[in-house]
Amino acid sequence: MSLTHYLVLAAILFAIGATTVLLRRNAIIVFMGVELMLNSTNLLLVTFSRMHGNLSGQVLAFFVMVVAAAEVVVGLAIIVSIFRTRRSASVDDVNLLKS
Amino acid sequence: MSPLLTVLPAAAGALTESGQTSTAEAVLFWTLGPLMVLAALGLLFARKAVHAALAVIFIMISLAFMYVAQGAEFLGVVQVVVYTGAVMMLFLFVLMLVGVDRSDSLVETIRGQRWLGALAGLGLAVVLAGVVGRATYGPPTGLADANLPSNPQAVAYLIFGQHVLAMEVVGALLVTAALGALVLTHRGRLTPKVGQRELAERRLRTGGHPVSLPAPGVYARHNAMDVPALGPDGTPLESSVPRVLRVRGQEADARAYAARIDRVLAGGWAVGAGTFTSDESYRGGPDGPVEGAVTIREPQAPAEDATPEEDGR
Repeated sequence: MSLTHYLVLAAILFAIGATTVLLRRNAIIVFMGVELMLNSTNLLLVTFSRMHGNLSGQVLAFFVMVVAAAEVVVGLAIIVSIFRTRRSASVDDVNLLKS
Repeated sequence: MSPLLTVLPAAAGALTESGQTSTAEAVLFWTLGPLMVLAALGLLFARKAVHAALAVIFIMISLAFMYVAQGAEFLGVVQVVVYTGAVMMLFLFVLMLVGVDRSDSLVETIRGQRWLGALAGLGLAVVLAGVVGRATYGPPTGLADANLPSNPQAVAYLIFGQHVLAMEVVGALLVTAALGALVLTHRGRLTPKVGQRELAERRLRTGGHPVSLPAPGVYARHNAMDVPALGPDGTPLESSVPRVLRVRGQEADARAYAARIDRVLAGGWAVGAGTFTSDESYRGGPDGPVEGAVTIREPQAPAEDATPEEDGR
């Protein structure tokens, strides 16, 4: 098995995550799709790091993880505060800016 | 050091001469890879958000396995701790707050969005997999040299050496994110705070019971929340039974228990030391309740003589 298989798996996971973001209406599931995309990118980075024998890819994946954690904290706080005011977690209901 | 720990860093991420992975790693990949894709499809199609969260947790743990197999032990552990342990648990907490059983609305606000989105996702998968899979890469190097002396140490040299500024910035980012979450979920108080003092004052002002309510009844045969206590004049105190039981109509009748106590006092219940007769053996006195028995009175008729409630029991 060559290392390309990991890259293809990461690409498939990324595409499924992107499709989740496009198709689902529940804001939390959309958010999990974003997490899936970030994770597949990490797999890509780790695989490339192994291909090139260079640990910078792993360091970058580490920073991606930290930023993703911060992003999740703020995003979920936004979802909770929207749910408090509008009693809904659907992304379709947040349309105050629509004319 | 155990043999496993000495063998593992050399084995994990090792490549053969032709740049192929080991057979064990191939088995791991072909076991976990299809399951991960299935779990990702589960995220895409799950009706309940909790099931989607479980699928994502499975994907993340499998990714941790793959990281370790690829020689990134540090990232594998961080993946389990940060993603599975913190991020996904946070997701589950928020699902609990927002409501587990809320499913998606099936109304399309943009017409044809579903088909367009599916088409775009499929196209993205084909393009990405095609490009990544058909590109020509150089001969893979492997991490055997880069992971010296060990993977966490080598990563630490990079993070705290070459990338130390990014490390500091990321720390500031985390503090900012924590503060942002606090501010976003902070809720201002709309009504004045009601403390113990305000509650007590309000209760006295409305003319309610000034002290705590009496406890439920304690009888020789029964000690439960649903039996009302008897007042000093023998009247059952309705307020001694918890309000919930009264509303549900689960309040017991004090007379039923008092009648049994009368029987005991008449000598019909307990015969010898430690032996009890059945209800049928009790004949009772011919003249009704015996001397000193508990007398239940009607709440409307206040009694003159105090019933001897404590004596004998």
